[in-house]
Amino acid sequence: MRKFSLLDHQLIPKHEIMLEDELKSVLKQYVIEKEQLPKIKVVDPVIQEIGAQVGDVVRITRNSQTAGEAFYYRLVIA
Amino acid sequence: MNDIPSIPKRVGAIKFGLLSPREVRKMSVTAIITADTYDDDGYPIDMGLMDLRLGVIDPGLKCKTCGSRAGECPGHFGHIDLVAPVIHVGFNKTIRKALRSICRNCSRLLLDSEKKKNFLAQLETSKEMGHLPDDIINEVFKEARKSKTCPYCSTEQLEIKFEKPSDYVEDGHKLTPTEIRDRFENIPDEDVKVIGMDPSSARPEWMILTVLPVPPVTVRPSITLESGQRSEDDLTHKLVDIIRINQRFQENRDAGAPQLIIEDLWELLQYHVTTFFDNEVSGVPPARHRSGRPLKTLTQRLKGKEGRFRGSLSGKRVNFSARTVVSPDPNLSINEVGVPYAIATQMTIPERVTSRNIGLLRMYVLRGSGVHPGANYVIREDGRRIRVSEINKEELAEKIELGWTVERQLMDGDVVLFNRQPSLHKMSIMAHLVKVLPDKTFRLNPAVCPPYNADFDGDEMNMHVLQTEESRAEASILMQVQENILSPRFGGPIIGGIHDHISGLFLLTRNENAITKNAALELLRKSDIRVLPEPSSYSEDGEPLWNGKQIFSQILPKGLYLEFPAQVCFKCDTCKKKDCEYNAYVVIEDGEMLQGTIDEQAIGAFKGKILDKIVKEFGSEAGAKFVDDFTRLAIRGVMKTGLSFGISDEDIPKTAKMQINNLLNDAEEKVKTLIEAYEAKELEALPGRTLEETIEMKIMQELGKARDQTGNIAGKQLGLENSAVIMAKSGARGSMLNLTQMAACVGQQAVRGERIRRGYAGRTLPHFDKGDLGADAHGFVKASYKSGLNPTEYFFHAIGGREGLVDTAVRTSQSGYLQRRLVNALQDLEVQYDGSVRETRGVVVQFKYGEDGIDSTKSDYSKPEAIHRIVRMVTGKEVN
Repeated sequence: MRKFSLLDHQLIPKHEIMLEDELKSVLKQYVIEKEQLPKIKVVDPVIQEIGAQVGDVVRITRNSQTAGEAFYYRLVIA
Repeated sequence: MNDIPSIPKRVGAIKFGLLSPREVRKMSVTAIITADTYDDDGYPIDMGLMDLRLGVIDPGLKCKTCGSRAGECPGHFGHIDLVAPVIHVGFNKTIRKALRSICRNCSRLLLDSEKKKNFLAQLETSKEMGHLPDDIINEVFKEARKSKTCPYCSTEQLEIKFEKPSDYVEDGHKLTPTEIRDRFENIPDEDVKVIGMDPSSARPEWMILTVLPVPPVTVRPSITLESGQRSEDDLTHKLVDIIRINQRFQENRDAGAPQLIIEDLWELLQYHVTTFFDNEVSGVPPARHRSGRPLKTLTQRLKGKEGRFRGSLSGKRVNFSARTVVSPDPNLSINEVGVPYAIATQMTIPERVTSRNIGLLRMYVLRGSGVHPGANYVIREDGRRIRVSEINKEELAEKIELGWTVERQLMDGDVVLFNRQPSLHKMSIMAHLVKVLPDKTFRLNPAVCPPYNADFDGDEMNMHVLQTEESRAEASILMQVQENILSPRFGGPIIGGIHDHISGLFLLTRNENAITKNAALELLRKSDIRVLPEPSSYSEDGEPLWNGKQIFSQILPKGLYLEFPAQVCFKCDTCKKKDCEYNAYVVIEDGEMLQGTIDEQAIGAFKGKILDKIVKEFGSEAGAKFVDDFTRLAIRGVMKTGLSFGISDEDIPKTAKMQINNLLNDAEEKVKTLIEAYEAKELEALPGRTLEETIEMKIMQELGKARDQTGNIAGKQLGLENSAVIMAKSGARGSMLNLTQMAACVGQQAVRGERIRRGYAGRTLPHFDKGDLGADAHGFVKASYKSGLNPTEYFFHAIGGREGLVDTAVRTSQSGYLQRRLVNALQDLEVQYDGSVRETRGVVVQFKYGEDGIDSTKSDYSKPEAIHRIVRMVTGKEVN
């Protein structure tokens, strides 16, 4: 079976695990705790693809017609 | 997350259980033993249904349990000890299932211990996963019922039949509630768990009542009639019945009455307890009042549209509201609403007396409540409300002083909320300014019909009078009509010209019409234009003449630059823009309309470009003024030439009729050849379709084409002078298709997008041969509405028309429910000051509203048009 990356699909936006200090600045910007971020399950195929662990935060970069690039942050949960 | 300060306490879990007899007795403040309520002095009888320990409803008395007065005392439960157990109707389903799955001898669940363990484990995991246990429990009952003998005591199990309303018959012998209760009592706790009940909070035997809780009097207050007679609540009546029968039962049993009588009384007690809980059980005649009205007992209080949940908790009723029929008045501003005198005199606004308004308020009070700008009530400093009447008005006016409040009648300029159901979007409730008018309907400018989705065929609307200064300020800043011209749905105007507004301005601006000074002034009469521009030409006698574009330009704000193709645009391959030969390219420079035609694209609701630009560039006030001005101008414009439409407007010459007939005959011929090819199996199927689908599609295509061609022929004959064509082309009302159907050919009637096939076997009607695939046999209507349909055509048309009606009915109910669910899910989300969307716990839903942070009402349809225009204006160059 041919192996392919989910991230290559045109409908799947870029997902990446965030570094600690990046995350800190995002949380500071919105004045929130990590738990107040939107969630995503570890079992989600994309999360498994990029190998994120429970407790990680992923940054999703979506292309938008109106905003160019839109960032979205999701906390990986069990 | 646990220390978010805005929520002091959070509900961890809710657990439902059954009330055990012990619990009922524990929460009861007294046993109720007598069916009487009050003694001869009107004082509640001890241990009666109105016992003072159950709470108080009469003012002046004190509750014997908590010592509070009426209004403060929440009420306390009592109880009735039932002489014999009875079944609780609400649990009949569960009782039946449980009864069938336990042993009639040893009361153990009819499953071997292996299976029990298995099911218990399943229940445990489903609970952990947060799933509902219903499916597993039903499986348990189903499995247990299969056993014919008990795996523990080997007793043979008998079939238990349930007979409505609450009898259980085992092999011809009726089980008494006592017997059932005994069986349930013996079920071991472990087995109770397997059938999905928690034995600590819900033992199965508690589904059979031995003691009945008596609701507090505050739940069933009696009312004193005008005659001084007391009228008891339906629940109290029912409780009286229960106690009476209970007593009789006791007496008879003590006296050793025959079994037959005992059974009758038991059944009667069961009936009363059943109807006390639910008076609409199938198989039980509803308990009735002396007047014959069925009693409203516990279930009836909660259930249905007017029940506690939908009627009292989710739904609220308000004061200071009015409802009546709406009718149009283009002379009102869009911000106004015409309120009938009859309503204005009834509705009030409280106004505090100050040193500045005391004279004015005194005048209102002096007028009384009969003469319009009057006052209906005054409120003294101590809070006492006094009605202003003809007798006391002079006296009250004299007495008024600082600190009092006067409830004056509604007047011109007051802010009110106006609403039409269904309230599907925020524009369904808008703030209007009152204009008190004669007659009995609410009046509104027809330009605000689109947001309310109102018409004047009998629609009624609601008005709410705001009672506080804050609410009025908030409403006039956020909710006023002019603030809602642009819809957040698509960023364009939702308020704008409709019907006559569009045809009026179309007629006015289309041609180089010579308008005399008198006519020009008449057109602009209601706007505040006082100076006419330079006339465009002079008549032969030297009289100055203006054209319609000039007149329209007068209501445009200075500094407006705009170019766009009109609705009448022919959508040529390359747009010649300013050199458009059809007068279909609108050019406005510095508030002056240079060319083009005003139609739906310019001023229409949903589409109006000019309106959109004015609101976005000059503000909502200018937008409202523009709508006010053009509605008035348009009405006068349409009256100037007049626009009427009648049956003779669809007349087309004989030659054209012949052409249409020939065309349709040709099409039928083509269909025939198609069918012949199909029957000879010469037709080739389209990719992905069967032969049958292919022929249907080809026939539909052919006939559709023919209908369109007849439309074109008819359209040519009718010409741009025809009222219907004017309305269709300008976008005011109707379409060219409507015209085609009226003048030329109605066309194919369809059900679910296919030609009509239903009816008899192999044919739609007995008028046709079986298997006939021809155009006329499957609902093609050759006739026009004007020429009239033949009987078969008429029938097919009715079929097609019915589908439309059914569709709308189904669609509205489905979309309504979808909307409800969506609103319930999203109602607590809020856009924060930092642009993020969060819910009540502070959890972020979107990091930027809409992921781009754009307010659609402030953007030019999400296109960078505004920037392009600015660049063009500054540099004179186009940006790409």
